[in-house]
Amino acid sequence: MALASGIENSPKPQKAVRKRNRWYALWRNRPLIIGGGVVLIVLLAAIFAPLLSPYGPNAIDTNGILQAPSAHHWLGTDELGRDEYARILMGARTSMVVSLGALIVGLVIGVPVGLVSGFYRGFVDDWIIMRIVDAMQAFPFLILALVLAAMLGPGERNAMIAIGVGYVPIFVRIVRGQVLGELEKEFISAARMIGASDWRIMWKHILPNTLTPLIVQTTLAMASGIVAEASLSYLGLGVQPPTSSWGTMLHDAQGYMGQATWLALAPGFAIAIAVLGFNLLGDGLQRWLDPRRRN
Amino acid sequence: MAYVAKRIIIMIPVLFFLSVMVFSLIHLIPGDPAQIILGQDATPQSLAALRAQLGLNQPLPMQYIHWLGMILQGNLGYSLLDHTPVSTLIMQRLPVTVELAIGTVIVAFLISFPLGILAAVKRDKWEDFTALIASTIGLSVPPFWIGILFLLFFTVKIHLFPSSGYVPIWKNPGQNLSVMILPMVATGIREAAVLLRMLRSSLLDVIDHDFVRTARAKGLRGWTVIVRHALKNAMIPVITTGGLQIAGLLGGLVITEEIFSLPGFGSLLVNSVFSRDYTTVQACALIAALLVVVVNLLVDLVYGLMDPRIRLQRGKS
Repeated sequence: MALASGIENSPKPQKAVRKRNRWYALWRNRPLIIGGGVVLIVLLAAIFAPLLSPYGPNAIDTNGILQAPSAHHWLGTDELGRDEYARILMGARTSMVVSLGALIVGLVIGVPVGLVSGFYRGFVDDWIIMRIVDAMQAFPFLILALVLAAMLGPGERNAMIAIGVGYVPIFVRIVRGQVLGELEKEFISAARMIGASDWRIMWKHILPNTLTPLIVQTTLAMASGIVAEASLSYLGLGVQPPTSSWGTMLHDAQGYMGQATWLALAPGFAIAIAVLGFNLLGDGLQRWLDPRRRN
Repeated sequence: MAYVAKRIIIMIPVLFFLSVMVFSLIHLIPGDPAQIILGQDATPQSLAALRAQLGLNQPLPMQYIHWLGMILQGNLGYSLLDHTPVSTLIMQRLPVTVELAIGTVIVAFLISFPLGILAAVKRDKWEDFTALIASTIGLSVPPFWIGILFLLFFTVKIHLFPSSGYVPIWKNPGQNLSVMILPMVATGIREAAVLLRMLRSSLLDVIDHDFVRTARAKGLRGWTVIVRHALKNAMIPVITTGGLQIAGLLGGLVITEEIFSLPGFGSLLVNSVFSRDYTTVQACALIAALLVVVVNLLVDLVYGLMDPRIRLQRGKS
């Protein structure tokens, strides 16, 4: 009995049990596993796009236009004879680059503003920063991106900025909300008592505790970034031809729906799969990182 | 009353910053906006005339005050293409978008309510899983792809609906519906997926409450308990989400209108972007944002009316 209680009280086995439970919870977290797997495939396709197809995404073949899917061209060819499969792979790269770039724009502006705003509060926070955030959120996400892309001009870089600006208010709100919660905690008072500067408290003590909701939000933002990039490109304000984009491909396919049905299927399916992957990953991460929902 | 007053006071700085953002849009254009709008072949006279029309000759704060004064008088400026008042253009197009938005919300409610209630009542059974999987897919599939697939199948393959030919509902309701039904369903599916999830989780929260158990103990039938007792209380977050969705919907409708060639607010915006009619772009952005602010305010007020706890809590804070 004494031996058993000794084993129970020893930290090592408890740690092992906790670790095993954690792995078990991870295995049971299907959205995380499936979403993570899909996202990994999309990222690998984006990175190794040129190696995964024998055809170049912009290689025109005038003798092979609008060919149906076959052993040579798995997803058929478009109106210029370009291999649809190669363009889908390259479209994954465009989608990931623009979405990640937009995410970086949103994080670089949103996180520091949310951190400082929540930490100092007061008039500037309540009546200026948060009201600017409210005003930014009044613009529907796609309309803001569309108008900014229109003003800045079409192109990959401007699409990143246009989409990224839409993320800023979301990240400011998330970080600020977390900061307000953290400021109430004792370890912040303790850090103040030992003389830590505001800067140190913000970056060393508070920021790490805002990471959980931020990580979840970044995966969900990737999903909306993919749709926003495709939408802008569909409208002609995203990446410009001949660069492959799922949105541009869908736009071009609409002109050939009577003759080449497949052209309208593959890009939309690619968008849906990528968005599904990031949505599931976000959902799974939320469960995984929140101890109350983990089991 | 204090709650309503507080909400309206908070709106004042929001509207101020919003106006500054919309005003600044034209200054985001790299280089000389007048040159960009008129192109490289523009004469110095036409450039000077356009600069004067846009007020670009004045200092920035004066430009803003002048622009705001015009907006407050209901003057959204004149189209750079044909000098039509932008407010006229918007009023011509807005009814199409409003009809599309209302139809989308109706479709979303028609899909999400039965499925959401079924999923909550049959928690952890196959009906629940099916509804959750359907909502996950609905959330992931972009509405504009659904729109293209609908066009492909219903218009190109089986010729059931026309691909264009919009007429106002008061002129020919039948033809109007035949053109509007596909875009309404295409956009409504995504909105339904969001509402379904919200309704399910909200109902699951309520189902465990004592008053639902009491209603059951009184001998009421299962569906009566759900519809008359649980659903009523589960509606508050659903109405909020629905209201916020209407506000966000405007962005999605831009692309839906493009796909289905509908002459709405969204297509006005897109056409203005491509014809470099920046006054119209600016006005469209302003109207879209104002619509969102008003809808958000209404949702907040309805929310407060429906749940006195929120009214009291927010009134105090």
